[in-house]
Amino acid sequence: MKILKSNLNIDFIKFKKIAAVFSVLLMIASIVTVSTKGLNFGLDFTGGTLIEVGYQSDADINKIKSDLNAAGFSKIMVQNFGTARDVIIRLAPVEGKDSSKIGNEVHAVLKKGSADVEMHRIEFVGASVGEELTEQGGLAIIVALIGILIYVSLRFEWKFALGSVAALAHDVLITVGLFSLIQMEFDLTVLAAVLAVIGYSLNDTIVVFDRIRENFLKLRKQDSSKVVNISLNQTLSRTIMTSITTMLVLLALFFLGGATIHGFATALIMGVLVGTYSSIYVASNVALALGICKEDLMPPEVEKEGADQEALM
Amino acid sequence: MFSNQTHMRPINTYPKWVYGLLVVLLSLMILYALPNIYGEDFAVQVTGEKGVAVTDDLFKEMQQELADKGITIKASSNEEGKVLVRLNSSEDQLSARDIIKEFVKDKGRFVVAPNFAPATPEWLKGLGGAPLKLGLDLRGGIHFLMEVDMESALKTREEQYISDIKTRLREDKVRYASVTRAKDLGLIAKFRSEELRDKAESVFRQNFAELTTRTREVGNLFEIVAALTPTKIKEIKDYAIKQNIATLRNRINELGVAEPLIQQQGSDRILIQLPGLQDSTRAKEIIGKTATLQFRLVNESAGYNPKRAPAGSEIIMERGKQNIAVRKSVIVDGTHLTDATVGFDERGLPQINVKLDSEGGSKMLATTSKNVGKPMAIVMIETKGVYEEVDGEQKLVSTYEEKEVASAPNIQSALGSSFRITGQFTPTEAHDLALVLRSGSLIAPIYIVEERTIGPSLGQQNIELGKTSILVGFVAVLIFMLIYYRAFGIVANIALVSNMVFIIAIMSLVPGAVLTLPGIAGIVLTVGMAVDANVLIFERIREELKEGTNPAQAIYNGYDKAFSTIADANVTTLIAALVLFGIGTGPVAGFAVTLFIGILTSMFTAIVGSRAIVNLMYGGKALNKISI
Repeated sequence: MKILKSNLNIDFIKFKKIAAVFSVLLMIASIVTVSTKGLNFGLDFTGGTLIEVGYQSDADINKIKSDLNAAGFSKIMVQNFGTARDVIIRLAPVEGKDSSKIGNEVHAVLKKGSADVEMHRIEFVGASVGEELTEQGGLAIIVALIGILIYVSLRFEWKFALGSVAALAHDVLITVGLFSLIQMEFDLTVLAAVLAVIGYSLNDTIVVFDRIRENFLKLRKQDSSKVVNISLNQTLSRTIMTSITTMLVLLALFFLGGATIHGFATALIMGVLVGTYSSIYVASNVALALGICKEDLMPPEVEKEGADQEALM
Repeated sequence: MFSNQTHMRPINTYPKWVYGLLVVLLSLMILYALPNIYGEDFAVQVTGEKGVAVTDDLFKEMQQELADKGITIKASSNEEGKVLVRLNSSEDQLSARDIIKEFVKDKGRFVVAPNFAPATPEWLKGLGGAPLKLGLDLRGGIHFLMEVDMESALKTREEQYISDIKTRLREDKVRYASVTRAKDLGLIAKFRSEELRDKAESVFRQNFAELTTRTREVGNLFEIVAALTPTKIKEIKDYAIKQNIATLRNRINELGVAEPLIQQQGSDRILIQLPGLQDSTRAKEIIGKTATLQFRLVNESAGYNPKRAPAGSEIIMERGKQNIAVRKSVIVDGTHLTDATVGFDERGLPQINVKLDSEGGSKMLATTSKNVGKPMAIVMIETKGVYEEVDGEQKLVSTYEEKEVASAPNIQSALGSSFRITGQFTPTEAHDLALVLRSGSLIAPIYIVEERTIGPSLGQQNIELGKTSILVGFVAVLIFMLIYYRAFGIVANIALVSNMVFIIAIMSLVPGAVLTLPGIAGIVLTVGMAVDANVLIFERIREELKEGTNPAQAIYNGYDKAFSTIADANVTTLIAALVLFGIGTGPVAGFAVTLFIGILTSMFTAIVGSRAIVNLMYGGKALNKISI
């Protein structure tokens, strides 16, 4: 079976300008939403308390709210989590060192309100821990990008390295932008997903670059943009195939993995879509714009032992 | 024609030993993945507190007691003093726990905890096989991250220095105007003349070398500004955290958890994991308590194992030994203890170096100078709670003090603020005693900065959801590959299934690798990405075929050309996984570990494994057509 025709020849380069405008617009939009709406950071980053409980029958959110208000908890958020019987209660971080007990107190109030309440989880994160995590998370993304930049520069060439990092920054920015737009909770697992997106998108980009390098050596007569276009066509069916298989498992996670893993699956699905697009349009176009040419990719002349004798045979 | 070694063999064949190696490797991996299909038994675990072993006699009595009470034991063992009783149901588990708890109550200090014991058969266990270790989010339990209040630890130490400095200056007859703490960190000693200050400076230099000093003049006063050296600060911080860990270990025994984890994280944090526990209120109460330590004289007139306590004394058990009578009056308590470390004496025998603050030192001197040659007891006092189950919850009903003599060495000479305890210690005993001393001394306050309590039902639910999504995603990919690549799809699928076996086997084998919910997500993601290598290879083969290369050569070229691409693409994902592992803790680290292992195994199975199968199918033959 084949998804694509064998003799594929899509002129990707023709859409170069449109794609560039599209990407830039998306990135600007992401920056705008992130800076105006911000991210709906989860407990891991903001600190605070979260209690997830389950009831035997549908939970009465309003009663829970009023019970807790009566008990002196004012700044609370009560929501259903996954099903109508499961409820999640969030409390903002409170000053003072004894805030770790809040979770237990809330649980006790709920227990008084209804005997059939079952504790699923209590999470408490101190504000300082959250701040640290935000710093570390940002740092992790930067360290990963630098590590990748170095590796790709060593294995390929700096123009490719910049191209791939531009594509990664593009993917991360747009994924984060989408999270800001739909205001979905951005927690630690989502951060992990964003880092996995980096890995995935890069995987795609490297495959394309590898083919470009090979074709530069093979098709010496062609100009750079032709070579890039041919390479993109040759790798297209693989790019799509891998996106499909990855998407299959991600959809399984999204629909069957449960509420805890929802944000993770969402981030990866977005990331895989954006990453597939960027490996075709962003990475190679940036490399092209930087003036990649076959001289950049010629294997360095290595003086081999006995290289001159070979001609005699 | 110019030819090399590889072309001597017919195309697309591996030497026989490669197949042999693959078969051996796969069998090994299947073997070590096997423990995961046996599940777990309900069990009760009994261990002695502070390293005390459960004797075989007690073990037999325990079994008899359970049998008498009508509990069927599935299996039980006593390995190195740790008893594990396996049972058939969770009801049996709970009643067995209560029966054993009641039974051992007056037989010593034991931790009786419900547990899940892997039902791995003996022969597999003998080979080192064990099932995957589940993270707290999957098995339920409590996770605490505690932070040691280092600022207050440093402040307390400075207060001690101030009192020591004042004493020292008084003794050396250097009159000071005041010695106080500076606003942030550091001390300021004020003098009325330059001469006095210079004298004081030399006192500082001789007696408090761990303080850096500088001088200044403010108004008509001459000052010495002293600060702790960075080395000393680090030492104090280290001490504060070690001491807290030692204390926490003691407390947590009381909680009755089968496999608690207590470890230092970073420079000032302590991670505590209590699998299977849910009542975080009670856990916090117990963890938050403090122990006290007292130095008291032994009442020798009563002799060993006295029947009645003489007036003004009480009978306390010496650890691992006999009862002794200890005087009720306290010489010095733990609040005056500033340090206790293990060192070695002139003969190379272990000793414990104890430091007291100046107030403690003078009290110690006053008492010990009159009692040389007599034993002094180091008494540990812990406040323990009595809990009763009320409406299904553990409630604190009363507290009692539990006392124990950690050691009762003889006083060899008058002791001051710095002395040593020698005796026939093994290095371990000396180390333990130093820990006991520290855990009873003034503690830098700790507080909880992070808590995650996962109820058992959520854990179970997470496992179920994880299993379902892995299964569905996995089957979907298998079907898709089969339809798309036909015969080669089967090859890729065999490689994919082997990859799963490899991941599970390696995760089970690697100590410290823990499966978490994000870890499961990592496995699912690996499944999706693992086929990528095969897709790359197969697409290459298709391209070669399209260009008119004969099928055998097309297979050869496909594998050959795709290799460097696969390697490059995977190394970059490995970098991302490594970074994740570096910054992440708990769940995120779990994700990174599975992703890392998954990438390595998938490269192996997709390149070497699938090649072997393809070679077996098509190797060494002239082919007209292949099914791809």
